[in-house]
Amino acid sequence: MSTAVMSTHPNYNERVVRHFTLATIFWGVVGFLAGVYIALELAFPAFNLGLEWTSFGRLRPLHTSAVIFAFGGNALLGTSLYVVQRTCRARLFGGDGLAEFLFWGYQLFIVLAAVGYVTGVTQGEEYAEPEWYTDLWLTIVWVVYLLIFVGTLIKREEPHIYVANWFYLAFIVTIAMLHIMRNLAVPVSIFGAKSYSAFAGVQDAMLQWWYGHNAVGFFLTAGFLGIMYYFVPKQAERPIYSYRLSIVHFWSLSFIYIWAGPHHLHYTALPDWTQTLGMVFSVMLWMPSWGGMINGLMTLSGAWDKLRTDPILRFLVTAVGFYGMSTFEGPVMSIKAVNSLSHYTDWTIGHVHSGALGWVAFVTFGAVYHLVPKLWKREHLYSTRLVEWHYWISTFGIVLYIVSMWISGIMQGLMWRAYDAQGFLQYSFVETVAAMHPYYVVRAFGGILFLTGSLIMTYNLLRTIRGDVRAERRLGAAALAKA
Amino acid sequence: MIRHEHFETNSIILLLGILVTVAIGGLVEIVPLFTIGETIEKVDGVRPLSPLELEGRNIYISEGCYNCHSQQIRPFRDEVERYGHYSLAAESIYEHPFQWGSKRTGPDLARVGGKYSNEWHVAHLMDPRAVVPESIMPSYAHLARQNLDGNDIAEHLKTLKIVGVPYTPDMIANALADLRAQATPDADVTGLQQRYPKAVAGDFDGDPSRITKMDALVAYLQSLGRMVDFTTYRPDLGDAQNSSGDQE
Repeated sequence: MSTAVMSTHPNYNERVVRHFTLATIFWGVVGFLAGVYIALELAFPAFNLGLEWTSFGRLRPLHTSAVIFAFGGNALLGTSLYVVQRTCRARLFGGDGLAEFLFWGYQLFIVLAAVGYVTGVTQGEEYAEPEWYTDLWLTIVWVVYLLIFVGTLIKREEPHIYVANWFYLAFIVTIAMLHIMRNLAVPVSIFGAKSYSAFAGVQDAMLQWWYGHNAVGFFLTAGFLGIMYYFVPKQAERPIYSYRLSIVHFWSLSFIYIWAGPHHLHYTALPDWTQTLGMVFSVMLWMPSWGGMINGLMTLSGAWDKLRTDPILRFLVTAVGFYGMSTFEGPVMSIKAVNSLSHYTDWTIGHVHSGALGWVAFVTFGAVYHLVPKLWKREHLYSTRLVEWHYWISTFGIVLYIVSMWISGIMQGLMWRAYDAQGFLQYSFVETVAAMHPYYVVRAFGGILFLTGSLIMTYNLLRTIRGDVRAERRLGAAALAKA
Repeated sequence: MIRHEHFETNSIILLLGILVTVAIGGLVEIVPLFTIGETIEKVDGVRPLSPLELEGRNIYISEGCYNCHSQQIRPFRDEVERYGHYSLAAESIYEHPFQWGSKRTGPDLARVGGKYSNEWHVAHLMDPRAVVPESIMPSYAHLARQNLDGNDIAEHLKTLKIVGVPYTPDMIANALADLRAQATPDADVTGLQQRYPKAVAGDFDGDPSRITKMDALVAYLQSLGRMVDFTTYRPDLGDAQNSSGDQE
């Protein structure tokens, strides 16, 4: 496809993409702030304030939903609508009104969910906390999303459907399947919030982690791989490394991911055969994951030098690096012997955050920095130096976060199973809690750095939207010149 | 040989291809759990929660306790010694939804019932650090201030019956009376204990004049893990004749 034709194509709905982009930035800051706050609650319980609305138990779902569904979701919806129009050379199917409905409908879902969490309305299922009425609303919104996306694919003027769109479509379709199955429930009254899950016990547990792990697999992975497959080649101005690898990556990832859920239930009352299947497929999942990583990284062939000068590309590539790291760590943790130590500890929390901060958030930052000047028709970002600052502060924050959680997680796992010379358990539970304190402080500090980075980004992007350009020299330009 | 071109040039074929690809794993792993009888052990004693315990469980969910407390003991020596017999699938057959949890910021609660007194639980929930100085748990003092609104409890039992919990017409008809009887000191609890064997009754929160959310939550916590009589339970699996589950 010719770039010249595409960039002069006048007829895209960019208004809705601008909305989603602003929502991504806004909810990102909200979600990171909520994360910092609950990290402080674990380090210093006085932050719970003694109020029911601000206790860790209610705010933790607020944090996870804000970052996954609000920040991540808006990023996915926005970028997917941007990418599908440009790679299909077609305006969004269904008209501007439907797109507007999608945007506001999705924000309403977020607000309904958030209000529920703070007031104690929850299904009590991780990452599927919103109650039945919010779930029904999201179902309607999601069907509209599917219609817009597939409708646009159908009316495309390009012969082929671009790779990024495969991943976006897998994300949309699979999330629809997971969302509906996980949220099958019977409300106590149509005038009340409370419902009871259609499933119980061991089957409910399996359904939960089939859902939960594939929220990771298809929301936080497939969707964001869609971002990678469009924005990395765009920003690097290189074609995707291997088309064949894209095909293998896509189908093997989609097929294998869905099996991995039972690794969240090792050594529980779930039957052994299911646990073993989950473990085997989780280990197999390493291969397609790294296939995707290689495809992303090798796209920079011949353009590696840009990493030195282009912090946006650096965000994108670092994201792919973190993707590779956490998709290696995940299979390791899914091995039962490792899991017996890591499960129930902070190691899992650290693993999730190397994926969520390093991969999901970084690839989103890269995409948003790429998008904002284009969407608001600006020549440049307000400041590239501020992108550099954002990059380094956030990276340092992530490193503090995951290292502190590795230490606390492995340490607590070992303390739980430690025996003294007389053959008694060496530590009471609360002794292991007390030992976590320094690491919880470090983790909160890492989170504060990451939040600070996102505030720098917000400032930079708002100035960009205003049309300001900062007179500046590139960070490290003098050193580069000398060399 | 299927050519990939079909998928990249036809949106609907691509969509259907994705749907088939992602459906297989779930079907293979989930459907047999409903059909294979061995999935859930045959044990005696597991009963639906009493109305007051159910209210307590809903508070447990509402407060997000599952974010920090698991209810699933794994068959390791240290866990069995710390928490009790490893958890059985049969013990959560009436749990809509399950509350096994995924993180132990606090200890496992699968068998916390009967380990501490009601007074201990109330004092701990009111101000955790007054009881356990190193604790990082939030205070739940508001539960002692809030009256339990149990008037729609029969509707909850009916709803759970729809999804498969064997609440009898007798249980549903007596739901509100049972709820009140369980939380009132010196009430007649013969009907309650006939319908819900081993249900612990009395004043839980130290304030006999009214029924609070604290009463319900403590009643629920006291019910956890006590239904199966492990002195008579024998795992069908050939590995152990014992009942302490030392597979480590």
